[in-house]
Amino acid sequence: MANLRTPLYDWHLSRKGRMVPFGGWEMPVQYAGIIEEHKAVRTGAGMFDVSHMARLSFAGADALSLIDEVFTNSAAGMKDFQVRYGLVCNEAGGILDDILVYRWPYGWAMVVNASNRLKIVDWLNARKGTRQVEISDQTLDTCMIAVQGPKAVELCEGMFFDKIGDLKYYYAKPTRYKDVGCVVSRTGYTGDDGFEFMVGKNQAVQLADELLAKGIVPCGLGARDTLRLEAAMPLYGHELNETIDPLSAGLGWAVKFEKPSFIGKDALLSKKADTSKPVRMGLELQGKRAAREGSPVHIGGQPVSTVTSGSFVPTLDKSIAMAMLPPGTTSCEVDIRGTLTPATVVPLPFYKRAK
Amino acid sequence: MDPKTLRYAKSHEWAAVAGDVCTMGVTQHAAELLGDVTFLKLPKTGLAVKPGQDFGEIESVKSVSNLYSPVAGEVIEVNAKAVDTPSLVNESPYGDGWLVKIRLASGADTGHLLDLSGYETFVKSEGH
Repeated sequence: MANLRTPLYDWHLSRKGRMVPFGGWEMPVQYAGIIEEHKAVRTGAGMFDVSHMARLSFAGADALSLIDEVFTNSAAGMKDFQVRYGLVCNEAGGILDDILVYRWPYGWAMVVNASNRLKIVDWLNARKGTRQVEISDQTLDTCMIAVQGPKAVELCEGMFFDKIGDLKYYYAKPTRYKDVGCVVSRTGYTGDDGFEFMVGKNQAVQLADELLAKGIVPCGLGARDTLRLEAAMPLYGHELNETIDPLSAGLGWAVKFEKPSFIGKDALLSKKADTSKPVRMGLELQGKRAAREGSPVHIGGQPVSTVTSGSFVPTLDKSIAMAMLPPGTTSCEVDIRGTLTPATVVPLPFYKRAK
Repeated sequence: MDPKTLRYAKSHEWAAVAGDVCTMGVTQHAAELLGDVTFLKLPKTGLAVKPGQDFGEIESVKSVSNLYSPVAGEVIEVNAKAVDTPSLVNESPYGDGWLVKIRLASGADTGHLLDLSGYETFVKSEGH
């Protein structure tokens, strides 16, 4: 099956985007260059086509019940217009995906990783039972553009019918773009301030052109990865997969054990008691060579783990990585193409935006 | 360096000869394919090399590639400025981004390498 294309595919080509396959889609990995794009986000604003991510909407009286069955965080506890991060786990507590749930006065929505779209839709349909809920997959009919950076508010205010600068972090609002309904969400995957705009696919190019005209820099998946790595945000397929549970991944804050039930709760309760299992840690490596996913990690001269993500990162000007390591580890060595490179465990996140 | 006067290897290195010293680097095409260069591993001076010998590494945000000597001889100097500021390879691949100087072995030359039009034809055929 050929890879899918977002509504901005031709737009990317015209902006000199270099296209690569990702999660079943053709996506731009870079335009002007990863380092320049990364720095643009940290100092001004960058724009990312994230249309590949799945957008699901839920209607019906029992939508909350279904969502709270599959979600480790509490959907019932959310306020209208709030957005919450959490996991969808299997019965063994393994992570099927990390997602965002949106609560509207009239229904619910989820944003799910591109590579897990069909898996999660199938999972939801299999768990529906006799509940009154309709799930629609709006991914292919819509476009999502993230604008991230300290100048995001200043540059984007005024583009929509309603003000957007008054949105609190992890809140969203429906509004209008050029008189057509859209959603603006104060969320992102870079560790900086910003928004994710969801519009119908027919407005994709117009929105992208308007953002570009404001001087917002097109950024690809390469910068998206270095930015989220600096912010120590996990990436499904690297830090998260079906053999890793949320507690080991350092995401216990997104698991609400006080919920009466959710899929995986019992398994996670028993894992909670085990403090000997490896946990996600951040590493700062000596030198500028990057560790990559799969690079062996040695402790005391023995390989004990592998890097889950690693890169040279431009804001910190360092080589950093994440790996699952035994609790209490303070230093280790990372095998980079045969050279053992000393690394220190550092607290996460690596980068925190200025207040 | 004027690209028209250089010789090229199919592994995307360029070579310029003055007297018995060959200066080498990677081409603009290679620098574009790599993306932002973040790290250079260059050979030690004194290393004896043959054409096509793997003698270093050039790493970018997204990838790492081997560096191959374009000629036979001995490494006499490496570009410390580029090691310190790897972005020079992207900014000036034929100028300040040069990488290694090699004293040609006796009888060695660049005759086995491509000229600019040969290199450009080769690049087109690679389909990049």
